[in-house]
Amino acid sequence: MSEARTGSRIRTRRLEKRMKQAELARAAGISASYLNLIEHNRRRIGGALLTRLAEALGVAPDLLAQGAEAALIERLEAAASAADDAQPELARSEEFSGQFPGWAALVAEQATRIAALDHALTRLGDRMTHDPHLAASMHDLVSIITSIRSSASILAETGDLSPEWRARFDRNIHEDSRRLSEAGAQLVAYLDAAGEATQDPVLSPIDEMVRAFEAAGPHIPELEQDGSPEAALHRIGQDLGPAAAALALRWLRQMQRDAERLPLTQLGPALAQHGPDPGALSEELDLPADVLLRRLAHLPPDMVPEPLGLVICDAAGALIYRRELPDFPVPHYDAACALWPLFEALSRPGVPIARDVATAGREARAFRTYSVASPAGRARYGGAARVEAVMLIRSHPDPGAEPARKVGPTCRICAHQPCAARRVDPLVAPGTT
Amino acid sequence: MGRHVLVIEDEQNITAAITFILSRDGWDVSTHANGVDALEAVQARVPDVLILDAMLPGRSGYDILRDLRAAPDLQELPVLMLTARGQAKDRARALEAGATQFMTKPFSNTEVVDAVRTLGGL
Repeated sequence: MSEARTGSRIRTRRLEKRMKQAELARAAGISASYLNLIEHNRRRIGGALLTRLAEALGVAPDLLAQGAEAALIERLEAAASAADDAQPELARSEEFSGQFPGWAALVAEQATRIAALDHALTRLGDRMTHDPHLAASMHDLVSIITSIRSSASILAETGDLSPEWRARFDRNIHEDSRRLSEAGAQLVAYLDAAGEATQDPVLSPIDEMVRAFEAAGPHIPELEQDGSPEAALHRIGQDLGPAAAALALRWLRQMQRDAERLPLTQLGPALAQHGPDPGALSEELDLPADVLLRRLAHLPPDMVPEPLGLVICDAAGALIYRRELPDFPVPHYDAACALWPLFEALSRPGVPIARDVATAGREARAFRTYSVASPAGRARYGGAARVEAVMLIRSHPDPGAEPARKVGPTCRICAHQPCAARRVDPLVAPGTT
Repeated sequence: MGRHVLVIEDEQNITAAITFILSRDGWDVSTHANGVDALEAVQARVPDVLILDAMLPGRSGYDILRDLRAAPDLQELPVLMLTARGQAKDRARALEAGATQFMTKPFSNTEVVDAVRTLGGL
């Protein structure tokens, strides 16, 4: 498969749908400049991001990644690999799709739909405990999925199924698919309404602040060259409540101090030579590691074309700042995965740690992380020590890498087993994903 | 006539699938779709294995199970409890109410057949 062609297919599909680049980028949760790189085949793409782009374009992800016939066979093989007990004849996938294209498409379609719901369930799991209506809706969806899975399994695995039974289960799947669509649409409408509500009961000051920073983009120009954090807050934080505004001002001041210590004029040439590699950059720039990590995450996109994620926690492990990467979700409600290198850094203040990790689950992606913990704020005699850890996250330079350390967002929505750091059972049991 | 399984589940299409796979496995399957008179359905013809959904219209599977275990002749009845919730506390709640085995949706057909065979002593 050529990833180069994937970008071109995305562009073709977008133009066919008469969508603007910015519109598609927004729907997929990425910047327009990043989408532009993808469409021009200058960035590799796969996993959750490909799925989101496909959803926004209304096509199956594999149709973007490859041609229709190969895509169908691959989807069948993916469905087979996801099966727990059934043992479909993998060697005969091509024969099956050739002889029974309609049934093959149905099996592939159901598998795709289940995978999409599984993905949605993972994303929403973090919120379920806090929202009874959402939890009830998701349980209804799981019941419908159970019915589809059982019926599809009977159709696929029962060789001597009578025409009457075949018609009945065919009808049941059709009916369940319709219910699934309706339930999914209702759920989306509910979530949209919840998101648009002006009084969001679960939005914390940190969430409010993060939302404002995400809308503003990674780089805040007002903070460069004797900049003013107050002016920046005036521009980006007009809708923030008092607590969120105070938090935002704290981080804007931190960003300004970082900009003073590492001006763009100094960082630019080093970045052009080494790329956003904190290890190589720290060899050249004589700066504390935390300054470099925070600075890299807040640069203009034309200086760092690849998106970079940043997470900062306090000594209690609470996440106090985040700039998320689409494929490296950060929990908003529960405590994060204890295996994140961020927390390893917390236990070894002053020691920079570079660690490759892979997200656990069906849409596993490899990342390279750089972490360090340092004293925060001004040191005072007799004052309490305050330590914060910073973790910069970038996509792994080798997309096929399989780092040994598997991490998740948080235990409740991570099905990776066995896991020595697990605090609580996952919402989605292993084997059902 | 094979050994008897009673399926108490309100999702009709799940019931249809379970009925089909267990019938093909040699079981005599009967079904019931609500929680209000589920206990009466069990007592009317005590099955060899009971499959009981946790969330039923009218009455929860947990409440039904507690009443069922209070009846002397039903204390040993093997019960497979089905639920869409897979948390440890839900598992504990089912076992505490008297479930013999607990299964989380979505399950595979093979899992159901294997569990029923085991519970039925086959």
